[in-house]
Amino acid sequence: MTLPAIIFMVLAIAIIWGGLAVAIVFLARHPLPPEEAPDTGGSRPVGGAAGAA
Amino acid sequence: MGVSMAQPETTTPVREQWSGQYGFILAAIGSAVGLGNIWRFPGVAYENGGGAFLLPYVIALLTAGIPILLLDYSLGHRFRGAAPTVFRRLGRRFEPLGWFQVAISFVIATYYTVIVVWAIRYVGFSVDLAWGDDPGSFLVNDFLRASGPGFELDFVGGIFWPMLVLWVAVLVVMALGVRSGLELLNKICIPLLVVTFAAMVVRALFLPGAIAGLNAFFTPDWDALTDANVWIAAYGHIFFSLSIAFGIMVTYSSYMARRSNVAPTGFVVGFANSSFEVLAGIGVFATLGFMAAQQSIAIDDLEGLTGVGLSFSTFPQIVSMMPGGPLFGVLFFLSLSLAGITSLISILQVVSAAFQEKFGLSRVQASVYVGGLCAVISLFLYSSTSGLSILDTVDKFTTEVGVVASAIATCIVVTVGARKLPELRSHLNTVSTAHIGRWWSVLIGAVVPLALLGMLASSLSDLLAEPHEGYPATFVAIAGWGVLVLMILAAVVYTLVPWQRPVDDFTPVALPAKQEVRR
Repeated sequence: MTLPAIIFMVLAIAIIWGGLAVAIVFLARHPLPPEEAPDTGGSRPVGGAAGAA
Repeated sequence: MGVSMAQPETTTPVREQWSGQYGFILAAIGSAVGLGNIWRFPGVAYENGGGAFLLPYVIALLTAGIPILLLDYSLGHRFRGAAPTVFRRLGRRFEPLGWFQVAISFVIATYYTVIVVWAIRYVGFSVDLAWGDDPGSFLVNDFLRASGPGFELDFVGGIFWPMLVLWVAVLVVMALGVRSGLELLNKICIPLLVVTFAAMVVRALFLPGAIAGLNAFFTPDWDALTDANVWIAAYGHIFFSLSIAFGIMVTYSSYMARRSNVAPTGFVVGFANSSFEVLAGIGVFATLGFMAAQQSIAIDDLEGLTGVGLSFSTFPQIVSMMPGGPLFGVLFFLSLSLAGITSLISILQVVSAAFQEKFGLSRVQASVYVGGLCAVISLFLYSSTSGLSILDTVDKFTTEVGVVASAIATCIVVTVGARKLPELRSHLNTVSTAHIGRWWSVLIGAVVPLALLGMLASSLSDLLAEPHEGYPATFVAIAGWGVLVLMILAAVVYTLVPWQRPVDDFTPVALPAKQEVRR
């Protein structure tokens, strides 16, 4: 491969795949704090997509 | 708008939910990664500066793609519903925008199915290289029996019956619901897609001429960066690639638990989608490099580098040339099928959820009635000999005018109409461990709509200058402009129908005090 093509391939992979890696690591290292109350699926779950089928 | 003021006294079903963060991420990636990632991105990047396209692409991803993705997530997660429900809860007069997004999804679902069927059929064709010496002619004349622009009732059995089977299968998945249907399907298909596509890319990298293909793909053309059209192409591609602004991500995020780490999840989905595109670019151009080497021509001289031509004409030609071609063909078309199916399911869920919520339908009823109607229209229009030209025209107008207009309207509604941007940003910051700054409001309130207006003006100018693809003006008026008018009419009509379930007595979760929110 030519040098410019190699540089831009490495940059593309580093930025895009690196961005994905950073996003995944952030999500894993910054989870939500422990739940205080049971999740009811919404304070007023009106008009929700049916679960009644 | 003539909507009944009194809300009916009905029991509201408990809202479905993803099993967790992992299930949502897989489903959202399954929706975002579709046919366009494989057949559109490599060609768009190549035609717009190669390696230099990376710059406008990344800027478009960060300034438009992920911000609109987060906007869709915040709308769905805060207002807990499909698009009509969400926009109704922003303000009664905004409900038509939700139905317009549903209409877009309905229309896209009708033709997306037939493309998935083509891909599935080509998995079989790969085994014995059924396309022979001239894949282009095989596609148009033998497989599709394309009759040109028009509305024929001459159905192609090789498309009709597989389409019918696929429709039944996806409607069964819809009827099974969010967790047992959509999530389970994505948990099977996405890992399979990654494995099959990665195997195809690895094989492509070892083909003779692959390096020349990668050189063509990644070598930067700096002059391209001064061309406004390249920037429009970057914003346009990111926009179409992420499945944003026509209700999918609004609907999907409404099934996330109240306590969900929404914002970081958006970054994962956005970058995962782009990561797959880069992988697709590497695989496709390594393969095109092989083809150019076999024909002793430059990659510049190749034709059919995007869309239907790339997948169903150029790639079969390559498969015929290479050792072990049938296996390569199976991997490629299986990848295309899997990417298409997971996206198709998400598009249909927009329609199904909207009708469940407004008309009080169960999942099964929505699948049978609404999905059934969509299936009938899809079979009627796209399994006929005129299906290709109808698909081409409907897709052009729906995506380049309908979806872009929907995105602009969404930005205007949340920024100026309902003035909900601060609330949505607060919501994202309240439920997430990542902080979304004021930059997001600036992008959604100004930068994104302006960029999209440029795209819309460019598309409208082209479409008004001459009939799409030189098709007869009457045909374009019906299949192009006519479909847009029908979507607008549907948006108005469905808004006027009274709700069968309560929708307005909804209180979003409380947000922290202002001083905390605006940290």
